[in-house]
Formats: sequence, C-alpha cells, structure tokens
Amino acid sequence: MKQIAITANGLTMRFGSLVAVDSVDLEIEKGSIYGFLGPNGSGKSTTIRMLCGLLRPSSGSATVIGMDTKKESELLKQKIGYMTQRFSLYEDLSVKENLQFISEIYAVPRKERKQRVAQLLESFSLTDRAKQRSGTLSGGQKQRLALAAATLHKPEILFLDEPTSAVDPQNRRDFWEVLFELAEQGTTILVSTHYMDEAARCHRLAILDEGVKVADGSPRQLGESISSHVVEIEADDLNSARLCLMKNQEISSITQLGIKLRIMIPKTVSDPLQLVNSTLRGENIEVKAEQVFPDLEDIFVSVTQQRRKEIGA
Amino acid sequence: MKSLIRIFAVMRKEFLQLSRDRLTFGMIVGIPLIQLLMFGYAINTDVRNLSAAYVDESDTHLSRQFIADITASQVIVMKQRVASAFELEQLLNAGSISIGIAIPEDFDRRVLARDRQAAQLLVDGTDPIIVGVAQQLAAMPVRFDSQAKPPQNAAILEVRNYYNPERRSAVNIVPGLVGVILTMTMVLFTAVAIVREKERGNLELLINTPIKTPELMLGKISPYILIGLIQLSLILGLGWYFFQVPIRGSLIHVLAAALVFIAANLSLGLLISTVAATQFQAMQMTFFFFLPSILISGFMFPFDGMPAAAQNVAEFLPLTHFNRLIRGIILRGADITSMLDELLALAIFTVVALTLAILRFSKRLD
Repeated sequence: MKQIAITANGLTMRFGSLVAVDSVDLEIEKGSIYGFLGPNGSGKSTTIRMLCGLLRPSSGSATVIGMDTKKESELLKQKIGYMTQRFSLYEDLSVKENLQFISEIYAVPRKERKQRVAQLLESFSLTDRAKQRSGTLSGGQKQRLALAAATLHKPEILFLDEPTSAVDPQNRRDFWEVLFELAEQGTTILVSTHYMDEAARCHRLAILDEGVKVADGSPRQLGESISSHVVEIEADDLNSARLCLMKNQEISSITQLGIKLRIMIPKTVSDPLQLVNSTLRGENIEVKAEQVFPDLEDIFVSVTQQRRKEIGA
Repeated sequence: MKSLIRIFAVMRKEFLQLSRDRLTFGMIVGIPLIQLLMFGYAINTDVRNLSAAYVDESDTHLSRQFIADITASQVIVMKQRVASAFELEQLLNAGSISIGIAIPEDFDRRVLARDRQAAQLLVDGTDPIIVGVAQQLAAMPVRFDSQAKPPQNAAILEVRNYYNPERRSAVNIVPGLVGVILTMTMVLFTAVAIVREKERGNLELLINTPIKTPELMLGKISPYILIGLIQLSLILGLGWYFFQVPIRGSLIHVLAAALVFIAANLSLGLLISTVAATQFQAMQMTFFFFLPSILISGFMFPFDGMPAAAQNVAEFLPLTHFNRLIRGIILRGADITSMLDELLALAIFTVVALTLAILRFSKRLD
C-alpha cells in the first residue's frame, strides 16, 4: 500500500475575474518527485503556495501529510520546506550566517545547530564559501544554499518553485542528484518547472495550462496516452517540405529541430508515415521519415492544443 | 523558549545587517549631528543685527541721542544715513535693509508735546518676526537726559525670564530636537526595514517558517530601541557641549520618557510597513506623518498659540506629548510623575498602533 503525502480536491484560486488555478485534483505519493509542468502564468506557483498554506484557496481543499492547509497551516510549516522562485535568503549575510539564522528560526536545539549547519555546508559543497556574502554567490551556489536552507529542518515535504531557472546545465544536473537522494530518504518533492528535460526526470508529473490540469501521469504514460503520432523527417530541403506539409489539413503541428522536422498527426490517422510520404511525394520531395516516441514537448503541445480545440469548439 | 530563540535570531540578524549597511549606520549618527548643529545655530528667534538705515531731518541733540540708544540695543545695525524718507523706502524695497527710521524735522517738539508719534519706523513686514522686533523698538523710551534718571514711561510690568534667562533659542530647540530626530529615524528605519524584506522576497521565505508575527515584529524593532537611545545620548551630549543646554531633571526620567516615545514611533513604523508595498511608499508615508509632527507639535511654534483645531490634531501626535515631557524634565527639572497623562497618551498610541500592525500583518500572501 502506497502512502499518499499530498491530496487536493478541486483546488481553485481566483484573483478577481481571473481564475489562476481551476479545480485541480492531485494525489502525490510519499517519497516521490512530482513535477508541475506548464508555461509561465499557468498556475504552478499559485498551486504550490496554496499547498504550503500561503494562499487560501477560493474553493476546494488540500491535505498535506494529513493536515488541512487551511486550518493547520502553522503546524504544517514545521514539516514542509519551501524554496521560492526568487533567491529569498539575505544577500548581505554570509552563507553560514544565513543557515544559522534559519536554524534558529526553526528552533533547532542549540547543541545540534552548529553540527547541522556544518553538515549542510559539507553536503551542498558550500564549506569553502561559508564566509562569503550570499549576494556575491553564483546562480548555482545560491540555489544550493537555498536548497540547504529549505532542507535544514528535515522537512517531510519539499516544495520547489522553478528551482533551476537561473542555473547552468551542469549545476542543474547536480541539483537533481541531490533531489533524488532526498527522495530516496523519504522526502516527497513537488517541483515546478517549464523545462522539458527537467520534467522528464520526475516520477510523475502534471501538466498545467491556464490553471487547468490537462494531463498527469509518469512521463511514459503521458507519452502513450497522447492523441498524436509523432513523425520525424530529414530532408535536403526542409523548407519546401515544411511548406508542402502545411497544406495538409490532417497534420496538427510542424516544428523544426535543427536539421529535422517534427510532425504531429492525430491518432485518427492509422498510418502516419504513409500520410507524410504520400503528401511529400505529390510534390516530388525526397525525405527520410521515421515514427518516434513522443517526448514531453510533444505531449505538452498535444494536450494544450487539444484543450484549446475543446474550448474553441 | 522557542519564541525567545526566534526573537533573538531576528535581532542578531538585524544587527548584522545594520553593521553592514553603511548608509543606515551613517544616518544613525549623521542625522542627529547635522540636524543638531543646523537647527541649533540657524534657528534663532532671538533676533539681533537686523540691517537698518535712518534719515534724521531734525538733526538735534535729542535725535542723535535717540539713534545712538537704538543702535546700542544691538537689535539693529545702522548701515547708513540717508537724506530722505523716500530713499529709505527704496532701500527697504530693494531688501538691503529690514528696518528704516525716519526722524522728522520737528522731532523735539513732537517728543515734548506727546500729541502724536515722534518718529516713524518703516518695517519690512514680510517676516512676522521682524515686525515683532519693530514693535519692541517702538516701545523704546526717548530719554532727555542720558544720566541715571529712570525713563518716564517705564513699563508697568517687569518681565522675569525663568529657565532661560539669556533667552537662547538653542535651549528650547535642543530638547525638542530629540523628539524630532527620534520621530524621523525611528519611524523611517522600522518601516523601511520590514518593507525591504518584502521587496527583496525575504518575507516570502520567513512567512513559510514557524516564526510568529509578534516574534518577527519584536525581533525587528528591538535593535532600533538601542539605536534610539544612542541618538538620544548623542543629541543631549552634543547639545550640552555646543549649546550649553542644561539637563535639570533626572536622567532616569529622561530615559523613561524617551523609551515610551521610541516605542510609540516604532509601532507607527511597523504599522506603516504593513501598508506600504515599497520602500519608497514607506518613506512617503513617514513624511506625511513627519511634517505635521514638526509643525504643530509645539517644536516650531508655541502650542498655545495655535488654533483649537490644530491643537486637537496635535494631541494625536506622539511628538506633542514628548515635547512637553522632555522640555519639562530637561529645562524645568520637572518630575516625570507630574506629567503622567503625557506618558499615558504615548502608551495608548503605542498599544493601538502595535495592535493594528499585528492584525494587519498576515502570514499569508493574499
């Protein structure tokens, strides 16, 4: 029996006439890394803030490790860690001073405080930066410090709001290593992102678009469930191939990726390869076409397009 | 216990940040120093050395004696003697003199007859203080004999000046300045200190920790109590050194009055910080409050001389009550227990502002 760390029922947030989050249901397993994927303004941050108890939902409810986010938000704050989108530690304090401050705010017993700070400095490779003002750290170092601060009190749940938006790929990779370690130790991690590669690392993820959860599941499940085939073609003259394919009404989207075109065709078409080949042959364009497994970007485009079509209809 | 750890954590952090913020640190010492010297030397209601000129059309022994007497008062400095009253008007108009004295041809006869004023005083009325001085001059007796004989129209009332016999403005200004400077710095520093955390995003992190609102607020404002006391000592010390302002009352009473007043201003700063979204807004709100504090609290103008409406408004300003307290204690050597209602007013202000601030401050973002 799997334990559930976070549940949400019909979580909704309205700001005036704008519906930022629209009846989102969630069920997140303990010890998993759960991703929120969506463009800017899709309601990721607002959902996270409601789950932390920072915002009171307009309607709906959420339970985090058995506590109601509305009624028990103060109690909950002992058990959760939150890493804000923007670096929110004190830039005019040193790395060590920041961690000491946080350890005192969480009232870590005096004897353990020093040890815990040293341990965090060590495991986040910040020991040689301990005396540096945090405002002068690089993006990657700042992010490690923020994560160290968010995990200082050993929270059961960690909320990370776009944690890697200011970080280079190597640092992002290292960062995820740490997240996996934490998850293995039983921490449930909820992370929002608009990077596809990052979302692909999550155990499960939800795709949000304009405040609505349009799909959820593991990256694999999402790929299988989408309503499009994906075909990749290589050609000498990509541009004319593109122009030719655009005329075909059955093709829902074409994207260029370097020397390749990525084409999405609804699953109602039984043989997508044949459709592409025959369309191009009509104009005498030679290509190498191949059907591929949809990646997250395809999934994202497919589910959001489908939703727009439904609303439009 | 946990509460104490958290309050001290915030205090320690605040001190660390203060010690690294050179501008604020400079302001803590700089504002009292500069304002004290500026106000102390510049605000001078005891007017001396006004430029003057005169025309003497009678040119008798008596008229020359009269001019000499007036000059001897040191209130005016005779810049020149001109030939006609018209020239006096021109000088007055050009702003080169503030006061002109016109002595007519029949000055001696007029003085003797006493049927009308013997001479004319032309005054630049744009500055009410100068008009006041002119009225003093007009009351000056004309003596027929400069020997020891008392003047015929000696004043009926004798004025005895208590507490400030030399009539030095600094004596009145310096204790008042304690309140003005504390109002400005205390309100501004606390308001800005919290709004800054809002602006920089630190607050989003803090409200997600178990820290409670009163803990955060107490921790934030306590360091400023100490800073307020440093400023108090600085102003009184410098006032004593530069302007010989005496401290006649008990230092403990000064300290008690100052602490209650500091608490009132810090609470107001906190309240402002819960309303303002940016540091700039916090500054504007502080000045909205600061200006009336200076003008109608009795610091600039005598409280009793103000219209009743202004007096009523002033009763809501902490500075009004503090001015009475501090002037009483420092200048008259009064006992604080004789002014308990002023202390009470400050305490009520503190409690109301602090309660509103804590109620308004939300640990949520909406």
